[in-house]
Amino acid sequence: MKYTEEHEWLRVEGDYVVVGITEHAATQLGDVVFVELPETETMVAAGDEAVVIESVKAASDILAPVDGEIVEVNGKLVDNPGLVNEDPTGAAWFFKMKVDDLSVLDQFMDEDEYNDLIA
Amino acid sequence: MSDLLRLGLHDLHVSLGGKMVPFAGYEMPVQYPAGVMKEHQHTRSAAGLFDVSHMGQVILRPKGTMADLALAFEALMPVDVLGLAPGRQRYGLFTNDAGGILDDLMFANRGDHFFVVVNAACKEADVAHMRAHLSSVTEIDFVQNRALLALQGPKAGEVLARLIPDTAAMRFMDVARPVWQGAELWVSRSGYTGEDGFEISIPEARAEAFAKALLAEAEVLPIGLGARDSLRLEAGLCLYGHDIDTSTSPVEASLTWAIQKARRAGGDREGGFPGAARILHELANGPARLRVGLAPEGRAPMREGTALFAGDEGVGTVTSGGFGPSVEAPVAMGYVTASNSKTGTALMGEVRGKRLPVSVCDLPFHKTSYKR
Repeated sequence: MKYTEEHEWLRVEGDYVVVGITEHAATQLGDVVFVELPETETMVAAGDEAVVIESVKAASDILAPVDGEIVEVNGKLVDNPGLVNEDPTGAAWFFKMKVDDLSVLDQFMDEDEYNDLIA
Repeated sequence: MSDLLRLGLHDLHVSLGGKMVPFAGYEMPVQYPAGVMKEHQHTRSAAGLFDVSHMGQVILRPKGTMADLALAFEALMPVDVLGLAPGRQRYGLFTNDAGGILDDLMFANRGDHFFVVVNAACKEADVAHMRAHLSSVTEIDFVQNRALLALQGPKAGEVLARLIPDTAAMRFMDVARPVWQGAELWVSRSGYTGEDGFEISIPEARAEAFAKALLAEAEVLPIGLGARDSLRLEAGLCLYGHDIDTSTSPVEASLTWAIQKARRAGGDREGGFPGAARILHELANGPARLRVGLAPEGRAPMREGTALFAGDEGVGTVTSGGFGPSVEAPVAMGYVTASNSKTGTALMGEVRGKRLPVSVCDLPFHKTSYKR
């Protein structure tokens, strides 16, 4: 698992990168009440707004961590946004991306580095 | 947060795990570990304790008679002050000469004086306003040494009666001054959540012990500003500076219920308050725009500032919006042109560049349960 400074986690699954938010991010957001997912088969660049997530407090964006194509989204979150709080690092993944070269993930933090960031 | 004021109960909030944020010049708990959603639901099902000590508490003690003071106070508000019986509280609005709202407030007749509670962000201005207009008829004591707590929810009555049996007989908008362990409390049966409950002013030195005594009751959880906002929004209640301000009149704000017959056209004391020309005109002819409830059709909240459209025409703006935990759907209110204010009117709200369906609906979203 890799981590971004935007508090996303990235997990490699075959050729794809699965993207979600960390427990820390979910706690900071508070109760999530709305998730808007990207269209599949769209190309995104690193830093593009990919997901809109709204908690009882405010709206925030989840950015595409790397360049690539959105190949699958987690439709369950649309009907059950609270899953983001219940299981942020498991069932509440947001989308899967296809990237040219998985070594692009090397730039991101490992778990120890991320834990230092939020400590 | 160094230039922010601290509440008397600051340390208690921190020890309860309150997440402190700046609000109206104070460090205030926005939520506790339970989180906004659970705090909201707990208040609707049991009882929640809120610290609202940032609000302004003012005593108006007449130099002459209460009636003279009531009439002078009435000259600042389109509200019947003279007709308010001792032991009762009423909602009031300071208006300006243009008919806009300077602040909304609660005032109580306590027999030989009035007790007034005003919004935190407006309190300095409100006190200056009262000093400028009422000093010839009243002493004005801007109370600085008392905390203000709100206990809200269906179990609030039962819980408070355990500590102070005398409060059980109080009805909605009654006020009383019972004693708790030697401290005089100023209690009103009211609040800002749509639930039954109380607002309780207590000497600051005793506030922590009293708050802890309430929190020790099984039904009571501490509730932060986040849930206070979603509770009042579901109850259809205005937040000053958002849903009402100096640009909105009480009639536009759908607060005509707060303007009693005595102050309206044909009433015993018709007009005679700031902005009377506009307010009486709007009462007679209808305002150009109205505050309405807004129910977004999808799940996306429509927050403050969301532009509203009927076809391609801009017809209004959302002034408060979010997710309603009891309604289990997004809820909002805002101003729309009078012709689009009828319940059921289908509009569009622009969220992140997309126009999404929203319909005008009746307020409140969640039925109020005051103990009348």
